[in-house]
Amino acid sequence: MSDATTKTPAAEQADAAPASDPRLLRRESGLAGYLSDFRRRIRGGELGSLPVVVGLVVIAVVFQSLNHTFLSADSLSDISVYIAGTGIMATGIVFVLLLGEIDLSVGSVAGVGAAVWAVLSVVHKVPDGLAALLAVVSGLAIGALHGFFFAKVGVPAFVVTLAGFLGWSGLQIWLMGSEGSINTPGDSVVEDLTGYYFQDISAAYGLALVATLAYGGAQLLGARRRRAAGLRSRPYGEIAVRSAAMAALAFAAAYVLNQSQGLPLALVLFLAVLVIADFAVRRTTYGRQVFAVGGNAEAARRAGINVEWVRITVFAIAGMLAAFGGLFIASLSGGATKSLGAGNTLMNVIAAAVIGGTSLFGGRGKIWSALLGILVIQSIQQGLNLKGMASEIQYMITGAVLLAAVVIDSVSRRTQKTAGRT
Amino acid sequence: MSNDIVLALRGVSKRFGAVQALTDVDLEVRAGEVIALVGDNGAGKSTLVKTVAGVHPVDDGTIEWEGRPVTVSRPHDAQQLGIATVYQDLALCDNLDVVANLFLGSEVRHAALLDEIAMEKRAMELLDTLSIRIPDVRIPVAALSGGQRQVVAIARALIGDPKVVILDEPTAALGVEQTAQVLDLVERLRERGLGTVLISHNMADVQAVADRVAVLRLGRNNGVFTVAETSHEEIVSAITGAADNAVTRRQARTAKEAAK
Repeated sequence: MSDATTKTPAAEQADAAPASDPRLLRRESGLAGYLSDFRRRIRGGELGSLPVVVGLVVIAVVFQSLNHTFLSADSLSDISVYIAGTGIMATGIVFVLLLGEIDLSVGSVAGVGAAVWAVLSVVHKVPDGLAALLAVVSGLAIGALHGFFFAKVGVPAFVVTLAGFLGWSGLQIWLMGSEGSINTPGDSVVEDLTGYYFQDISAAYGLALVATLAYGGAQLLGARRRRAAGLRSRPYGEIAVRSAAMAALAFAAAYVLNQSQGLPLALVLFLAVLVIADFAVRRTTYGRQVFAVGGNAEAARRAGINVEWVRITVFAIAGMLAAFGGLFIASLSGGATKSLGAGNTLMNVIAAAVIGGTSLFGGRGKIWSALLGILVIQSIQQGLNLKGMASEIQYMITGAVLLAAVVIDSVSRRTQKTAGRT
Repeated sequence: MSNDIVLALRGVSKRFGAVQALTDVDLEVRAGEVIALVGDNGAGKSTLVKTVAGVHPVDDGTIEWEGRPVTVSRPHDAQQLGIATVYQDLALCDNLDVVANLFLGSEVRHAALLDEIAMEKRAMELLDTLSIRIPDVRIPVAALSGGQRQVVAIARALIGDPKVVILDEPTAALGVEQTAQVLDLVERLRERGLGTVLISHNMADVQAVADRVAVLRLGRNNGVFTVAETSHEEIVSAITGAADNAVTRRQARTAKEAAK
């Protein structure tokens, strides 16, 4: 290994660590180290976000060559708004998938959420914001009910949420009553969810700056604290490269959005949901418990984790985010309808989480997979819409993409097993 | 070796329906001592461990902790007293890394936030004092070998600073070197002054690390031996209940064949 000759701080620390195992795969320093590490991960089946990023690039190239407006500012801005609703729902599904379970009811719950808001706000004249809040709370309650039947009664989640899928869409139609659809009132907050843009260009650039600084700062702080504690830490060079990549991505997005109508509120809310959820999953005790239950529920129970509570809350989160996402869908489609959330919404949501790289088998995944996955799905839909293709073609292509994602998940899982990783 | 009795079972009985699993069993665990608990399948070893671990409350008899009687009715009670149990199925989460597994259920945190750095540091220190070698404390447990997983499971029991550690067949599925690693670790537990209860079917392991051997037979005490003064055959006959049994017959036979 080149460690013996070139002493980086990290290598020195690794040397200082007592009795390092000769079988330990220590990363070589410099670019070669990253490349060899990368090759080892790919061979070991740790694909991470690679397939989905490659997929996005392919989608962009293909649709741009088919239709030159695909990568235009307006088109990209539209994608960023359209992904919000299903993306937020997919974030909830990621929680459920981390548990190793599935929630088939999210489409219906989204429909119920939109119906609750519309009926309360328009028919019963409840203040609009309160109605929207109650809609989200009703989603939370529905999810908690699913969780109760799953965790306490012991009914498989698949069956509970399948019953919910049917039952809640019945409730949705019943709530809507004689009205086929309820249009969004002009001054509604729900209208703003996807209709409001921060037109001042400083908003988008400001958010990009904040995101970059927060990312870089958090990385730097973490590395410093680890170094102070004498632990292996990410080299500063790598942090700089990562932060630069983050900055490039964020400012490019801000630039594109400013070329169109500005920073959409929908995107801000979606990103906020992602950041909060990611923080909860990776940095809190609760998130650790979710992973533990998803990995080995019996081990989690013996470790003193309240497995039932974790399961109920995860389903409650999924229900809450489903109802919240339903409001976005209502906002996009101009109001609540009897069929909102029906059709391929459920498939798109689950597909997004899986395409993004969250395993269907539990205990493995990232919150950000909701964003990557929904970007893939929405990009395909946008591209096909621009080509004027019918929805049946979209169904087939989305179905194929979902299958491809699950195949990648299963194959990489098998490779990881042979490489000794789950 | 100190003679402080940390944990003592006095006349413990446990019944499951028509089965009398334990009858009037006594067991003393001293600080800085490894006591092996041996017996044939169905002798009541696991039941005995589970009564101490709080999985099955005892029907009769008392459990004494540092000289005073205590009730252990839940796993939590046992943990509170300072009894850590490493079960045969290791109860590790394969998807979590070593640090996360070590601290599962007792994470170091500020409010609800995980303090990964403090945990990683303490994990390294703990693994270091136990001379446990793990390629990287940040790799998922699934990537570890069987022996490494076993030592992680044992190390995990030590996170809460217990006084008594119960190991249920820690070497059952391990190879030669891994077994040696685990036995080394058991010796280090003794050096740290912990009382260790080692359940094993492997007489070689028992004789290698245990100070005393408590034999259970059909749910009753069948003698406590000091390892240094007891032969293999004596323990085996205590386990099987007779000097003339399948094991001794086989040994006699093979000895005869070897002599030919």
